[in-house]
Amino acid sequence: MARASSKRSKIINSLIAWTLGLIIFFPILWIIILSFKTEGDAIRSPIAVVISNWTFDNYFVVQDRSDYFKHFYNSVFIALGSTFLGILIAVPASWSMAFVPSKRTRGILLWMLSTKMLPAVGVLYPIYILFIALGILDSRIGLVVVLMLMNLPIIVWMLYTYFREIPEEILEASRMDGAGLREEILFVLAPMALPGIASTVLLNIILAWNEAFWTLNLTAAKAAPLTAFIASYSSPEGLFYAKLSAASVMAIAPILIMGWFSQKQLVRGLTFGAVK
Amino acid sequence: MSTQQSRSAAKVMLAPAVVLLMAWMLVPLSMTLYFSFKKYLPLRGGDLGWVGFDNYTRFVSSSSFWPAIGTTLLIVGGVLFITVTLGILFSLLLNQPFWGQGIVRIMFIAPFFVMPTVSGLVWKNMFMDPVNGFFAHLSRAFGSEPIQWLSQESILSLTIILSWQWLPFATLILLTAIQSLDSEQIEAAEMDGARLLGRFWFIIIPHLARAITIVILIQTIFLLAIFAEIFVTTAGAFGTKTLTYLIFQRVLESQNVGLGSAGGVYAIILANIIAIFLMRIVGKNLSD
Repeated sequence: MARASSKRSKIINSLIAWTLGLIIFFPILWIIILSFKTEGDAIRSPIAVVISNWTFDNYFVVQDRSDYFKHFYNSVFIALGSTFLGILIAVPASWSMAFVPSKRTRGILLWMLSTKMLPAVGVLYPIYILFIALGILDSRIGLVVVLMLMNLPIIVWMLYTYFREIPEEILEASRMDGAGLREEILFVLAPMALPGIASTVLLNIILAWNEAFWTLNLTAAKAAPLTAFIASYSSPEGLFYAKLSAASVMAIAPILIMGWFSQKQLVRGLTFGAVK
Repeated sequence: MSTQQSRSAAKVMLAPAVVLLMAWMLVPLSMTLYFSFKKYLPLRGGDLGWVGFDNYTRFVSSSSFWPAIGTTLLIVGGVLFITVTLGILFSLLLNQPFWGQGIVRIMFIAPFFVMPTVSGLVWKNMFMDPVNGFFAHLSRAFGSEPIQWLSQESILSLTIILSWQWLPFATLILLTAIQSLDSEQIEAAEMDGARLLGRFWFIIIPHLARAITIVILIQTIFLLAIFAEIFVTTAGAFGTKTLTYLIFQRVLESQNVGLGSAGGVYAIILANIIAIFLMRIVGKNLSD
């Protein structure tokens, strides 16, 4: 009898969960559908949209008319560049705080976190004129640097929590075997830290890809990544639902896929290790 | 000996991160402070000299200040209420056994990975457009007048868009916290005859208290800074000017840098007040 009731509750749970899940996911599902319709069909009523003919045209039109892949490339460059640079600077910093902690480690970690909480708009003008002075307004390099600095605290924190989980005994054992600092890092730590570094990289790419304050304010035609390119659809000409849908699907697909792989790490990264 | 060596190595390895973040924080911050005490209009005469606290008093006494504060509070409060309440319910649901857990979970968290400009524009056009939007078609199918979402119910519309984006964050974090709840604890309570509601109030909610606090604090910091969603939907019209958006307009649109910088200093102070609470929780976790 207990089995029968648990089976029934499983059916009810499934129904509720699938219904709610589909409602939440619906906007994304809807733009996937619209992206395969003609502009004329895309503005019709929902049922008419679904039963109308399917087409791949929008994906080509978006590329032809607005050089979509230039912006896609900018997004890739900025996301990967800022992540790579951030990891390069954060790995040594996190390593030293995790394995050679001092009295100030806690204070430094919290201070780093506090820089992440500065509202960007508060320093918009200084960054803007610094960019002009340095000649890096509307350049990919400028955005790589800003997004790296913006996300550096999260990278340091995530790596720190991962490094802390590596048992110290293993390091001591390798030291006893005569391993120097370099061997210790390269052959003992790195392999064990790799999964942690990988998920940090993943989360940081997601954050950089979707960043939409600096990318909107510091770029124009040349260095605009997808966030800024999509924003240009806020004052469109003529019918544009299908094109906007196709551009949006291509812009979010890579990150959606990466996100699915990093659910767990996401929690740790976004709560600075406070919830695991 | 080896500790001496590793200690100095540690300092060298930490230095680049600390120096960079220090510069990233101090340089622009001191520039903002500097501008905030000046009458500075780049397009209309440039630097017009020191004005003391003039910008600070003018920023708060301008006619758009209190409406902006009101809008900010409504949006942040509304999104927090919706995401935390639904987040608790959804995380409890997702923690139950059901078919296709993996796929459903993906559907629940997907909105979080959608870039802000995409979600703003998709909601604005494909759903909330009063002529061609999904909701308009739906209203007409039921024979009622479509709602002018972003012009007449602008704050509600933005609250819906932002809640959709942030619900996955709350759900995911609360689900992670629930999964760490001892199932023995629940079973014991069940044996003691605790009813469903009792279990919810006296075991699950207290267990989630810390995670809920963290969700609220982190979301508040991010929500206070929302920009792109407003930029692509209403551009600050129809009473959707938040504090962040007001400062953005002062600085870049009307190029009144002194005034905008004073606003920026207010925003920084506000964010710091919330950050202190968050840091306390995170810091406590650090020493455990």
